[in-house]
Amino acid sequence: MNETLERILPKVQKPARYVGGEYNQTVKNKAQVDVRVAFCFPDTYEIGMSNLGMRILYAVMNRMEGVWCERVFTPWGDMEEELRKNHLPLYALESGDALSKFDMIAFSIGYEMSYTNVLNMLDLGGIPRRAADRKGLEHVVFVGGACAYNPEPLADFIDFFSLGEGEELTEEIVSLYRTAKHEGWSKEAFLLAVSKLEGIYVPSFYEHTYNADGTLQAITPLQGAPKRVTKRIMQNLDDALYPTDIIVPNTEIVHDRSNLEVMRGCIRGCRFCQAGFTYRPVRPRSPELLLRQAIELLENSGCHEITLSSLSTSDYKYLPELAQQMQDYCTPRKINLSLPSLRADNFSRELMLRLQQVRKSGLTFAPEAGTQRLRDAINKNVTEEEILETCSIAFEGGWNNVKLYFMLGLPTETDEDVLGIAELVYKILKTWREHASNKKRGVRIHVATAYFVPKPFTPFQWEKQITPEEYLRRQKLLKDNMPSKSIEYNWHASDLSRLEAVLARGDRRLCAVLEEAVNRGAKLDGWDEYFSYQTWLDSFAACGIDPDFYTTRGYGLDELLPWDVISDGVSTAFLKKERERAYRNETTPDCREQCSGCGANCLLKGGKCDA
Amino acid sequence: MRRMLFEKTGTAIWMSHLDTMRLMQRAFRRAGVVLHHSQGYTPHAYVSMLLPLSVGTESVCEIMEYELDAEIAITPEDMNAVLPQGVRVLRVYESDRKAKYLTELAVSLTMLYDHGVPDGAAGRISALLNSGGLYVEKRTKRGMEETDIRPMIHQTELSNEDDKIILTARISAQNPSLNPALLTAAIERYLPQDKPDFVRYRRLEVYDENGEVFR
Repeated sequence: MNETLERILPKVQKPARYVGGEYNQTVKNKAQVDVRVAFCFPDTYEIGMSNLGMRILYAVMNRMEGVWCERVFTPWGDMEEELRKNHLPLYALESGDALSKFDMIAFSIGYEMSYTNVLNMLDLGGIPRRAADRKGLEHVVFVGGACAYNPEPLADFIDFFSLGEGEELTEEIVSLYRTAKHEGWSKEAFLLAVSKLEGIYVPSFYEHTYNADGTLQAITPLQGAPKRVTKRIMQNLDDALYPTDIIVPNTEIVHDRSNLEVMRGCIRGCRFCQAGFTYRPVRPRSPELLLRQAIELLENSGCHEITLSSLSTSDYKYLPELAQQMQDYCTPRKINLSLPSLRADNFSRELMLRLQQVRKSGLTFAPEAGTQRLRDAINKNVTEEEILETCSIAFEGGWNNVKLYFMLGLPTETDEDVLGIAELVYKILKTWREHASNKKRGVRIHVATAYFVPKPFTPFQWEKQITPEEYLRRQKLLKDNMPSKSIEYNWHASDLSRLEAVLARGDRRLCAVLEEAVNRGAKLDGWDEYFSYQTWLDSFAACGIDPDFYTTRGYGLDELLPWDVISDGVSTAFLKKERERAYRNETTPDCREQCSGCGANCLLKGGKCDA
Repeated sequence: MRRMLFEKTGTAIWMSHLDTMRLMQRAFRRAGVVLHHSQGYTPHAYVSMLLPLSVGTESVCEIMEYELDAEIAITPEDMNAVLPQGVRVLRVYESDRKAKYLTELAVSLTMLYDHGVPDGAAGRISALLNSGGLYVEKRTKRGMEETDIRPMIHQTELSNEDDKIILTARISAQNPSLNPALLTAAIERYLPQDKPDFVRYRRLEVYDENGEVFR
């Protein structure tokens, strides 16, 4: 180990995050490697190592002969300070080599508030931030993940974006790069070639012009780049590589358990949820394959817990049989089977109680809105009866802990809807009084409200975000009307959600703001310890940009949107129709009940979803 | 009692005590061994380390105790095949010696001086560690307290090279336990001119009250 690093490590928190050496990490002989990829995750080790996409693509790239993909995470503030003080560049965990030693630098970005970490990591690695300042083929920087759907706030820094699912596309990208490297192509020649791959967006090939009022006038493709780039999907999830020999971290991470992805996409179509649209169409994995993968995952990792994950695991077609087989395997081996994001329907209720997982975590519901009227408007198909029924069964069974998640500021929300949250909480309290098997232990009800952030690729992508003042008024209204002092009520700070809204629907002009914020020390914005709202306000002011343009202004239905150059397969016409239904408080049936014609089926050969 | 003797070197030294516990619990499962689990709402596998090791300290003499529900033969090779780099099982055995008889610890401190060892430093350090009354801030049950650590230092030996001094010491392992970093703290306090720029810590061996190797 580098002696400078050895001397730094005793001074920083949780040094095990910075040394690699975990079970199952991939180490290759550099002499037999001709393309080296630094796979960066713009958040801490604990968050990044919990990310499923990163696990999959690490395996995809390392299965390629001659390619070595290594991991890089954002150092915590104390480590960053030591790295800078000791002039030690940011390095990859497997080899300990500096970022600048790598051919390709890939980022997986799932959260707008980690954008500053991307720039900061490039800085720490000694890589020029701006794509235009990286002249040669070395240090090509590309990005994938949920945030690639609106890439514009990062457009000046990133060479290209990879849209959608990366199992096949990533291999195509790396193979093409290898050819380019062997044949000594220029960076321009490589970008031109990579832009021909389906699912690749090269921002420098598009010129943005603006109207006098600041809205986008035109996005003009240059160099023969496609007018619209459509995301990639795996046609059949059973064919997608799902690694079961994955790295077992030496230190505790956020999701410290085995993770089995049962399906992609969601049949529900909640109108605020970006993932619910961008992961379409719905595709399940077969239960036989899943059981085999589950056993391999558990045997190879030694984990004593496994999660069946997806956007809505209750909606996995083959859940009854899979859950039964999994339980048969897990119980005698003292392995916990955990099912997140279960719905409050009958089957899930029965399953949840059978697995006894509520005992550990309590019951969690995300009704998102306080009245049935508003829940219909956002198409969140959970009813008060379902919630109260589940609660009464759980209270009878001895449980006494309920968590409830809501949003404030949803389109069409009125004070009646806000007060509806307090009423629902009151009804749960009453249900507990009527059904609790042991009242002496008391009940704990946690309520949390978030500040609604309109996201691209949802029916609410044009909506205004309410002002921070209005959000705080509604939050206070709710607090003042909570039925009991024993209810624990937490709410998100308005600052972070306002900024998230700016970046989520931002255009290319925000690149300057982002760079200014990084210059002023912004980093780890997703963490309270580091987030500084003032730094951002100062950066907006310095760049002459008004954040309200992206938040409270709202986007015109006919306005050209910064992300209109990208398609997730769902048609804009469908989103508009969904928006109209929201304003009429009309729900849309789930994909299994009836196809609503979102358009994502066109991504499938044969054009038919397996919802 | 079922025990394993293992070493922790290289990158593995940065794992905390809890990390190491978790690592071993998983390694057993990877080796196909289901440990005895506690009862209750959150059953956990029974594994314990006889002497918790500080983050950043190397060791070639860690002892772990574990319980099985059924007789399963485990070899060091079984374990080493599923352990990450730096953690290596040396011996799998049974012992009837209670953990409380582990009373003494041999440690080495490699003290690095970037600008060479100050003249006479080894002699001064040796004299210091053998003098009476060596007070440093030590964490006790009552919080941080000025404590005389001299009675916890049983034996010391120093060797001197150009840019480092290697201090080998036998120190009290339990009741009270002495963190070897406090030896450095004493040098810093009493001999500030001989303060090393960096120290590597290593556990060498564990002993019982008669000075016999403890297993």
